Parts: sequence; structure tokens; C-alpha cells
Amino acid sequence: MLQRVCRINLNLQASDKLVNKVDYVLEFAGENIAVDKAGYLLNVQDWKPELAPTLAQQENIELSDNHWEVVNFVRAFYLEYNTSPAMRALVKAMANEFGPEKGNSRYLFKLFPKGPAKQATKIAGLPKPAKCL
Amino acid sequence: MINIPKGSIAIINQTAPYGSSKGQESLELALAMSNFGQAVSLFFVEDGVWQLIQNQDPKKIDSKAYHKTFAALEFYEIENIFVCKQSLVKRNISVESLCIPVTIIEQTATPALLAKHVKSMVF
Repeated sequence: MLQRVCRINLNLQASDKLVNKVDYVLEFAGENIAVDKAGYLLNVQDWKPELAPTLAQQENIELSDNHWEVVNFVRAFYLEYNTSPAMRALVKAMANEFGPEKGNSRYLFKLFPKGPAKQATKIAGLPKPAKCL
Repeated sequence: MINIPKGSIAIINQTAPYGSSKGQESLELALAMSNFGQAVSLFFVEDGVWQLIQNQDPKKIDSKAYHKTFAALEFYEIENIFVCKQSLVKRNISVESLCIPVTIIEQTATPALLAKHVKSMVF
């Protein structure tokens, strides 16, 4: 089961928050955008669609319409529920919205090979989902 | 009909939100346990019921509006969400003012229900 690959990293999380204070920035169109050391945007509001291809490039992903669908979906999920969906929830919520052919981990891993929840949230300018892929 | 899967863990919330991080921590714990396939039930008793109020604006005190996350519990397959009836009545809170559908339980029924869980964690 894919979701069993998740790791609990509560302590690391706490220290990550401190590390966030260190200034990492992403330069984009003459602007400096605050990110954490893994490249996740610190402020959800700093994101704009034009930024997504740049963030995707860091993940070696070229955005297709299918990628965009997931990116927009996780962003909408975050704005509604105030949390980034972890893998299991992403699969279930995608299945609800788009049906089983898109709401399954095989499909999502094809689009985001290093972890759909992790990579899609990064490209969508969201905080990394807690304790998961 | 209440169905408690075998091996379920109970998370008991008895603290009002924002005064401490207990509510938010317990919710994150529930989501994390679900990611590992661990069945979990949530109990809201005493001042813990305040966490579920629909109408909250914690941004005014620079706190995270984590009550919005309760609506995502269905995607984490957390369906057993129990709220103590007497705790609501005592605080004049109506079921309609809660942010998600919950199962209302009598205070007297709580011990038997908790006994169906392998562990209880109190926040």
C-alpha cells in the first residue's frame, strides 16, 4: 500500500518551522518570493498561475493539462479546508470529483512520480502536506 | 448504527480551541493516523465542543482556522465523530451551529462506546 510509505516526522516538522525563518527566496519576474528550504512557498497568497511552470521545473515536471487539473484541485482543496491533502485524502477527493480513472494513486504517480501530494502541493504554492509522501 | 472497526483509537477533545494548540494537534494526529490506515474515532466533550462551531473567525487573533479542516475528514475516512449531547446543551449550542455532521451521543453512553476502542488519547 502506497500510503504506508509515509513517515511520521513530527519532530522534524517542528524544527522545520524554525528553519523557515532563514531566508530562502525564489526569484521570479524580478520579484523575490519567500520559500522554505525545500522550495515550498511560505505564503499561499504569493502564488500565481505563471509561477507554476517554474516550480514544476524544479521537480522536473512539464505541466500538461492533466497536471494542471491536479494542481488546481489541490489548491482549491487547500483554500476550502485549510490543509494540504495527504495522499490518501487526495486520491479519495479526486475520485469524488473526477471519477475512479483519475482518483487513483497509479494515475497520480504517473503525473507526479516523486509523490503526488508532495509535488502537486509544491507546484500549487501550498505548504507541504504534513507527514506524508 | 454505530460501527467501531476493530483496533480503533479514540481521540477525546475536551478543550476549547485557540487557548492552546491541543485541538489543532489532535486533528493533525487524526489525519496522520488515517494516512497509516489506523481507524480513529473523534469524541468532542465538555469545552471541546466549541471547536466544532461553524462560525469562527480566528484570523482576528492570528490563529489558524483549523475548524475548516473538519469538513475534510470524510476524505480521510474518519466517519466516527461523536459529540456529547449534554456538553452541547450545557453551553446552549445547537447541532445546527456545528460545522460538520456528527453523531450525538448521551454522556451516559460514552464509557461503553470508549470501551470499544483499544486506546484513548485525551487532548
